[in-house]
Amino acid sequence: MRLSSILAASAVVIAVTACVKRPVPLGPVTTPSVNQDSLNKWRADSIARADSLRRAEEARQRAEQDSLRALREREQRDAMSQTDALAVLKATIYFDYDQSVLTDAAKTALNAKVPVLQSRSGLRIRITGHTDSRGSAEYNLALGLRRAAETKAYLVANGIEASRIEIFSLGAERPAVQGEGEEVWSKNRRAEFDPLSGGAE
Amino acid sequence: MPGDQTDSVRAIIQRDLDYDDRATVVALDAPAARAMIPASGDKFNYPLFAKLGVVAIIRPQIGLTGMTVSMYDVATKKLIQSGNFSIPGEVNGRSWRMALHGVSDEIGRWIFGKRGAARSRVLYVGTDGQVWVIDSDGANPRKLTSMNLALSPAWHPNGNAFVFSGFTSRGSQIGLYSFETGDVTWKSATTRGLNITPVIAPDGHTIVYANGAERGTDLMLADLDGDAEARRITVGRGSDNTSPSFSPDGRQIAFMSGRAGHPELYTMDADGTNPQLLTQYNYGEQNYRASPDWAPDGRLIAYQSRIAGSFQIMTIDFRDHTTKQLTSDGENEDPSWAPDSRHLVFTSGRSGQHQLWVLDSESGRMRQLTKSGGRLAAWSPLFK
Repeated sequence: MRLSSILAASAVVIAVTACVKRPVPLGPVTTPSVNQDSLNKWRADSIARADSLRRAEEARQRAEQDSLRALREREQRDAMSQTDALAVLKATIYFDYDQSVLTDAAKTALNAKVPVLQSRSGLRIRITGHTDSRGSAEYNLALGLRRAAETKAYLVANGIEASRIEIFSLGAERPAVQGEGEEVWSKNRRAEFDPLSGGAE
Repeated sequence: MPGDQTDSVRAIIQRDLDYDDRATVVALDAPAARAMIPASGDKFNYPLFAKLGVVAIIRPQIGLTGMTVSMYDVATKKLIQSGNFSIPGEVNGRSWRMALHGVSDEIGRWIFGKRGAARSRVLYVGTDGQVWVIDSDGANPRKLTSMNLALSPAWHPNGNAFVFSGFTSRGSQIGLYSFETGDVTWKSATTRGLNITPVIAPDGHTIVYANGAERGTDLMLADLDGDAEARRITVGRGSDNTSPSFSPDGRQIAFMSGRAGHPELYTMDADGTNPQLLTQYNYGEQNYRASPDWAPDGRLIAYQSRIAGSFQIMTIDFRDHTTKQLTSDGENEDPSWAPDSRHLVFTSGRSGQHQLWVLDSESGRMRQLTKSGGRLAAWSPLFK
């Protein structure tokens, strides 16, 4: 053996040791192919992705604010309808002389009360019948009650449960307007409506 | 007769005998009385009295414990009747006046064989919508109830209580008011709805009243004492039946009903059987007959009927159904018989406001009873 071959073997050893110290990347080792178009596309996609995420977040926040505003508006609208609904419910209806039969105008007013009652299932009402001052005071108490009963029967026929409606009469004892003459009497021949209990749905 | 108390006594008795309408009272003021009647003894100037057409002289004398009333017959110039009466209470107080009314009624019995009706009171509804009571001569009006509204009072036959229709926040119920306690107890617990126009049967143990519900207004019969369920005694079928009035023997009830299409009067047995039309059907006219009241002697039923557009007081004979019209001016309603079955109290608008008036059904004579308004009157029985 000659000396020159032994030296070469030592140089290889040293070289190998130096490679091992540098960390070796795991996973597939792809060689970047240094393709500029792909790189640009990749960069553009990332930007687009970020943009769309941001836009989606903004839209979500806007939608949340919109729905809050809509809720507030609806609540305000409901509050006004509540007042209108009460007015419709309490509207007085009128009768012809000596009659308990419902006039067309009375039926129209009663038709408007039906949906108000249907949408407020806990609400009960009292219907009080009145008469004008002519006729016997005692018989007028019965006539007033008959007016209230006819009114109740119409509401029941239109779907309101009978147990939600009380009937009462004050005859000629509590005129809406004092005095004599048809102008006054026509305002006293009436049925009045008073909510008793329950309220909103 | 001298003395303030005696004049007041004379004024009250004189007025009672005048209101009684059976005798004509010759009212003597103090000077005339002094001229014609001796201060003591009974040496009356009979020939002078006879010339005036006087048939009897009534002389009350106040003593320490009460009074003595003597009656002298002018024709025979003799004392023919005398009585002692205790007059309790403060002079001119309520019980003092009512005791004097009893004296007047007794004098009426001396002369005519039947008591007068002065010892009585009238219940009514005042302009404030409460039940009031007033003496038969118009004295001592007094409010009795205090609630939203109190209507249609009707006496208990013992004169010590009455029923009425009371409106409170709980609705309308039949109340029983006791004069002894001033309290109201409620008597229509078993019937919901409108409870109105009650009366107490002559036996004092049963009430009949009208109950209004979806089916119409029907008469109900119930025990006044106890909690038994009320019983319906009119037909229902959507008609309106109100304002019952018992016959004095308690066997029948007169009432008002719209079953014919307009209000008429009917009678039925007290258990609700055998209803009959009482008032006659007048063809060609829309009748309206209301508020029957059966006289204490059973013969006539008073009521109101619409005649030429206004209500007038009528009577109908229960036996032969003959009718008589008693008023003709203005609006006259809701008659109630006095215990003498001759006088009636009723509501009239003739003075502009609703007031109670008293009418003599035989002579037609009228006097105003209330000054501050009144309607729906009920005349009491004679107080014991």
